[in-house]
Amino acid sequence: MHISEGVLSAPTLIAGAVLTFIGIAIGLRNIGNDHIPKVAVLSSAFFVASLIHVPIGPSSAHLVLNGLVGMLLGWAAFPSIFISLLLQAVLFQFGGITTLGVNTFAMAMPAVICHYLFRKMFLRGKNLALLGGFLGGSLSLIIAALFIGIALVETDKSLFAVAGTVLAVHLPIALVEGVITAFVVVYLKKVKPEVLNWKKNSD
Amino acid sequence: MHLEVFSEGSSPIHRLDPRVKIIVFTIFSILCATSTGLKTPFLYLSYSICLILLARVKLRPFLSRLFLANFFILFIWIFIPLFYSGNTHYSIGPLKISKEGVMYALSITLKCNGIIIATIALLSTSTVFSLAHALSHLKVPIKLITIFFLFYRYITVIHLEYLKIKRAVLTRGFIARTNLHTYRTFAYIMAGLLIKSYERAEEIYRAMLCRGFKGYFPLFEHFKIRKSDIIFFIVANSISIYFWI
Repeated sequence: MHISEGVLSAPTLIAGAVLTFIGIAIGLRNIGNDHIPKVAVLSSAFFVASLIHVPIGPSSAHLVLNGLVGMLLGWAAFPSIFISLLLQAVLFQFGGITTLGVNTFAMAMPAVICHYLFRKMFLRGKNLALLGGFLGGSLSLIIAALFIGIALVETDKSLFAVAGTVLAVHLPIALVEGVITAFVVVYLKKVKPEVLNWKKNSD
Repeated sequence: MHLEVFSEGSSPIHRLDPRVKIIVFTIFSILCATSTGLKTPFLYLSYSICLILLARVKLRPFLSRLFLANFFILFIWIFIPLFYSGNTHYSIGPLKISKEGVMYALSITLKCNGIIIATIALLSTSTVFSLAHALSHLKVPIKLITIFFLFYRYITVIHLEYLKIKRAVLTRGFIARTNLHTYRTFAYIMAGLLIKSYERAEEIYRAMLCRGFKGYFPLFEHFKIRKSDIIFFIVANSISIYFWI
């Protein structure tokens, strides 16, 4: 889910850049010095996750897990997703530098929204955590696809079909992401609940 | 994991100051992305090709990158000519293809490839760490750069952990299919990675505290701007701006 260079119009690019700038500013303010290594190394783990391909029917998709990033990191999802996309743009030329603002906002904002909506469910029983994980994992990807769609349609009406296809393609992926996020949350809750509450447990 | 494929080399572009390259690239990409029509994007594309020839990057990885990056563009070619509202149409059976739509798709293709080639020529020819270092001189918040530094440093480590878990899973006869068991397995692999990274981060932080960490890393090496950097800075930016006007 990256919009490439050269597609979007200047107003869309600027709007994305401004919103991402604000998000990163809030995110950085939320990261104390003692949180720096955790945000950084958890981001490395999510970067590695994006290299993992999961089969979906005859095709496969790589993990995005932006919902999980958001529900774990909160506003710190903005800097976390930003550096991942920056690195992908510089190393692999996925997405792009000029579209960094739009792409970061499209992935990180849903992550933050899901943080506020579903995070509390993790702290309850196993079933609620499972449900929260599923909803957060799948919704964050659907909202992200919607944001990407809006950015495309804002640029040019004729991109409507592209936007619709992006959304349709992401529906099954969102389902799988939801299932995986739910299992991750339950596993963490059972094995190492500190990870879900990383901010409180720093030494 | 060998990630920085294009950063090795001794071309004139490789030797430029990363700060200069970042500024030149930023101006180039903003102007190229906001250009319209066919002529200006074409000029930018030609310009980026000149840069990549100067940088003398390895041809095969370069072409495969370009090929992959054009996938999204292919997508656009499938849809835009059919849905763009223009006056002139070519008809192929029931399908109507708008001429303006084709022009628009072509313009996007030129711009996209121009910026991607410039990214490889200007950014990928520096190591990621020297780019991060350069960004710290360009007033990017030091906290963001510190996070980026550790993030990049530990990708290889976490990737090795992933390979280790994957090997363990494969020796137990795991085959990835479209079913709940597969997704549960991937979820547990991911959760395992998160736990390992969490514990690693705690160790890193303790080690950093022992060394007197105060929120940033002091820099050991420094950039020196040379005459060739200044000349490149002026010439390259003039060309970018000239094309735009």
